[in-house]
Amino acid sequence: MPTATHRAIDAVWRIESARLIAGLTRIVRDVAVAEDLAQDALVAALEQWPESGIPERPGAWLMATAKRRGIDALRRRVVLERKRELIGHELEILQQLDQPDLAARVNDVQDDVLGLIFMTCHPVLSREARVALTLRLLGGLSTPEIARAFLISEGTVAQRIVRAKRTLGEARVPFEVPGRDELDERLSAVLEVIYLVFNEGYAATAGEHWIRPALCSDALRLARILAALVPREPEVHGLLALMELQASRLRARVGPHGEPLLLADQDRARWDHLLVQRGLAALRRAEELSGALGPYALQAAIAACHAQARSVKETDWPRIVALYDGLAALTGSPVVELNRAVAVTMAFGPQAGLELVDSLAEDSALRAYHLLPSVRGDVLGRLGRLAEAREEFERAADLCDNQRERELLLSRAVACGV
Amino acid sequence: MRFMVLVPGSPESEAGEMPSTEVLGAMTKYNEELVKSGVMLAGEGLHPTARGAKVRFNGSERTVIDGPFTEAKELVAGYWVWECASREEAIEWLKRAPFGGGVEIELREIFDADDFGEQLTPELREANERLREQAAEN
Repeated sequence: MPTATHRAIDAVWRIESARLIAGLTRIVRDVAVAEDLAQDALVAALEQWPESGIPERPGAWLMATAKRRGIDALRRRVVLERKRELIGHELEILQQLDQPDLAARVNDVQDDVLGLIFMTCHPVLSREARVALTLRLLGGLSTPEIARAFLISEGTVAQRIVRAKRTLGEARVPFEVPGRDELDERLSAVLEVIYLVFNEGYAATAGEHWIRPALCSDALRLARILAALVPREPEVHGLLALMELQASRLRARVGPHGEPLLLADQDRARWDHLLVQRGLAALRRAEELSGALGPYALQAAIAACHAQARSVKETDWPRIVALYDGLAALTGSPVVELNRAVAVTMAFGPQAGLELVDSLAEDSALRAYHLLPSVRGDVLGRLGRLAEAREEFERAADLCDNQRERELLLSRAVACGV
Repeated sequence: MRFMVLVPGSPESEAGEMPSTEVLGAMTKYNEELVKSGVMLAGEGLHPTARGAKVRFNGSERTVIDGPFTEAKELVAGYWVWECASREEAIEWLKRAPFGGGVEIELREIFDADDFGEQLTPELREANERLREQAAEN
């Protein structure tokens, strides 16, 4: 049972760790060393704060402690390796560590955090590595927390993080906010990582739980931070809008026994109206900042149609079809086409929808995708072709890895009644 | 977890006096930090109670009492809504707020719809929904 002080230290760590690691990375130019120093400072806090109480400025305390550890480590190296002097860049780092914290000015700290985001989401890393490192260094999650979130072993997460830090070091990835010429590309890598985290919480790909709200919260927090740090980028607001709107439905998406509830069956009174308002506001910002909406903002605009509708029937389906047209043109994604087929079914009837679904049947990218037979089953059911619908739902269940979702698909198969 | 932070009124806020540039500057900086840490979901200041009213309920009787109200320190002059991982995190954030002079700021956890449990029957949920629909139309 953690004491009150330990819980308070956890809270301070959650608030301060990203800024701390970011500030240290700027100075020591190595994210692995920076994280070690930050961890040393945390250990010192865990030792000292229960006695001394939490200092008035805990962030400054942690930074000062981490820097002192850094200086000690460098000096120790001089003593141990008497034969050699510290080389140029080590001396420079030592000097910087020894200086008063000039960078504590708000703007610099924010640039640091932004630099760290771009580093942990750097394209030189695999997607899995980016996700793990971002949650660890910016989300303040521990290795066991990340392991639990993604249903993988702690060892795997730890190894991923160690390798990722080594890769960043070996590739000499600079600690900086990318310039205009590569900003779009790098930013989209960041957005992808945030949305991956969110989606794993919103519709878990595996495991016994259908949603994991804590992961959605972590992703939302990262997106809110990013939107505040780069306020002029429309797609950042687009992604934030999309996630706020999707999260507004989170608690309505699960039934009393943990089973998933489809949009049509959700109690719309249980949607989170504060998040709906925040989502709509973020979408307006994205629209103000850009002439043509990007893929995230378009998806947010679709989510906004649902958020503003009182029921499935009263939803503006033709507008949703039009938005999907735009999205399909931008992404060329067969998954988007499949979603478009659903909207077409609702707007123009199941026959039109079925033609679209069938045109996707040969797409290799969708071959193992459980939602293709699931959508086909739904459309066939609407056409009264129940025996075929049942087969499709059963096929979808076979392809689905999430237990809760599989149960839903099987119950839909049974409901076909043939 | 979602929290509401209630900022009490003062004789100055009741008189409709704007805070000094210095105080406003410190508060702006604090708000900026809350936003840039992804914590602040909403926050507003309230006009003096002179522009407000109270309605007293007694059986079927309704009595309207116009502001201003006395006891400035028991009045709410503003609020924030925060999203935090824990009560401790919310307290840590509140400790950093630029207040002084013995003022006490109240932190409250906001109910989740699920906290109502059985009390919020499907019928009540439905009634709530109808009300929200009407509110959206108005």
